[in-house]
Amino acid sequence: MKHNSTKWLFLVLALGALLALGACKKKAAPPPPPPPPPPPAPTASISVDPSSIQAGQSASLTWQTTNATDVSIDGIGAVQPNGSQSVSPTESTTYHLVAKGAGGTQEATARLTVTQAPPPPPPPPSVSDEDLFNQNIKDVYFDYDKYNVRPDQESSMQSDVQFLTQHSNITFTIEGHCDERGSTEYNIALGDKRATTVKDALVAGGVGADRIKTISYGKEKPFCTESNEACWQQNRRDHFVYTK
Amino acid sequence: MNLVKDQFLRLAKAARRGAVSKVTLALATVLVVSFLSSFVSAQDWVKTGTNLGVEKPRLAVADFKPSSNDPQNTTLLKTFNDTLWGDLDVSGIVELVSKSFYPLQQPGQPTDVNFLAWNAPPPNAAMLAFGSLGVSQGRLTVQGWLYDVKNTQSPLILGKQYADDAPSEASARVMAHKFADEIIFRLGGGIPGIAESLIYFVSDRGGHKEIWGMDYDGANQHQITHLGTISLSPRISPDGSRIAFSSLTKVGWEIMMYSLDLSRMVSFPRYGGGTNLSPAWSGDGLKLAFSSSRSGEPEIYVADASGGNSRRLTDSKGPDVSPAWNRKTNAEIAFVSGRTGLPQIYTMGTDGTNQQRMTDQGYAVSPNWSPNGQFLTFAWVRKYGPGDPGASDIYLMDIASKQWVQLTHDGGRNDFPSWSPDGRHIVFQSNRSGQIEIWSMLADGTKAQQLTFSGRNTQPNWSWK
Repeated sequence: MKHNSTKWLFLVLALGALLALGACKKKAAPPPPPPPPPPPAPTASISVDPSSIQAGQSASLTWQTTNATDVSIDGIGAVQPNGSQSVSPTESTTYHLVAKGAGGTQEATARLTVTQAPPPPPPPPSVSDEDLFNQNIKDVYFDYDKYNVRPDQESSMQSDVQFLTQHSNITFTIEGHCDERGSTEYNIALGDKRATTVKDALVAGGVGADRIKTISYGKEKPFCTESNEACWQQNRRDHFVYTK
Repeated sequence: MNLVKDQFLRLAKAARRGAVSKVTLALATVLVVSFLSSFVSAQDWVKTGTNLGVEKPRLAVADFKPSSNDPQNTTLLKTFNDTLWGDLDVSGIVELVSKSFYPLQQPGQPTDVNFLAWNAPPPNAAMLAFGSLGVSQGRLTVQGWLYDVKNTQSPLILGKQYADDAPSEASARVMAHKFADEIIFRLGGGIPGIAESLIYFVSDRGGHKEIWGMDYDGANQHQITHLGTISLSPRISPDGSRIAFSSLTKVGWEIMMYSLDLSRMVSFPRYGGGTNLSPAWSGDGLKLAFSSSRSGEPEIYVADASGGNSRRLTDSKGPDVSPAWNRKTNAEIAFVSGRTGLPQIYTMGTDGTNQQRMTDQGYAVSPNWSPNGQFLTFAWVRKYGPGDPGASDIYLMDIASKQWVQLTHDGGRNDFPSWSPDGRHIVFQSNRSGQIEIWSMLADGTKAQQLTFSGRNTQPNWSWK
């Protein structure tokens, strides 16, 4: 029996050697590899339907790409190579698709025009200096028989100075007014003082003196004609009038 | 008008000698009495200083009688009699005897006078004015007499005749004014009457504030300027030929000049901006003071009457306005200044020196100098407090002593007093009737009467003669 088992062992070894030899032979001699085919260039297309909407409506954006591994649309971001998306921009937009692949980069664009939903309002009238002046300038109010600028009027003065230094082309008149009490002649002199006091303050704040005219109306041109303090306060003021 | 004829020259001369000596005696008595009593009563220095201190004779004024049968006589007589009575009533120097005491038979000429019916009670008159009026052959003639009815031997003080070839109510009114002034001159210490004086003022009755004029009693109101803006502060020149005032232009207030001789505006230099207002004539008519902000502050200036050679008199922080000359001396100017807060009355020399504050409190404005240079009249809110400052009244101040007297007490707003040429009257504006109107009164505050009734009327200024 001993003799038989040696024979089998030999056979196994021989077969194993054959197998091993066979394998080694294959490795040792590979055929030259064929050159890889060039990767195909990507393709890309994008469209929007409809191509014109009113603000608030939506449109369907559709794109296709091939051979692309990295696809993005400006304003939207990375997207699937093929897809469709609903968009609702508020103003006209150009969708710019970029498809990158092993074969290069391809771009495509689609334009979506947005019109304003209600028929567009007429363009706002250009705001004139006079309108700006009247909207921004604040009159200055005084105490009875006084011509100094009282503390609660300082903020009006400051905002007037700010506006007037920013609009240095504007010239204007300061009208001094008084309430109905007191004497006609003295009130005209008092109104003169009220106008020049505020003019001097504006000039000190940087407003050119040559832009400012003053006039006193005393109590001759009241804003309000009742005989009570509320009305009198309305009349004790420097009123600013745009001249150019 | 065809004028003034002294028909009774010879008689009148004799009579006047008697009357003058009587008046002189009466005056002397009154002066002594008022000198003594001035230590007692504040009102007496007012009466003497305003020529109201003379003893007031009892004067009867008989309605003038028609001297013809012309149909115009009725209307003209009414105008004449009403005007004469009004002039004498407001003169402040006579005590008019009520017509209810008059005898039934009233004289139209000297031979008709029944002395006993007038010089004894009930009329108990010392003086009698009487006369006649009539239109004959298109000519209006008035004869008037003033009798001292206590002096039956030589009663005639005054005899006058007036005539006009164009009879009208206006000419009847002028004749009454002239006759009244003759009586007032003789019975009022030789001071000329004011019945022919004029008052200038501001009225808005035509839609704009314009300068107007009227007779001193409110008759004959007429518009003078037609500038269509705001015109204020009329001041008549001493000779009565020009009115200085201030008007609002597009760039400010300017001093304006109107010639009554030419009936039109005449040129006066314009400053071209700022506030130029409240002109005031010197008594000699050669200078004008006014307020101007041409240096930046409203200050008092003096210029020639032509507007040239202006120079500044004041230099204060507050408004200086409303100058008024001492028209007796032409050496001082009163004005209003807000240099210490509320406006006060100040005086100074015409070179700006010696500035003195006259009022001690309240709100004092609108000074005007008495013709004799002794007094200031002005508007004063003495009790000024928070909220509504209350009544503005007319005051009179003795400049030397700064003693003052309140002349109005109506609780309204009274302002812009202006003295009459005889010193006995003050014209002013007041809202006491509910609307602002022109009033006059005696300079002691009595006998206030309303002169305007239409629109708002302000800033009266009395002529100088």
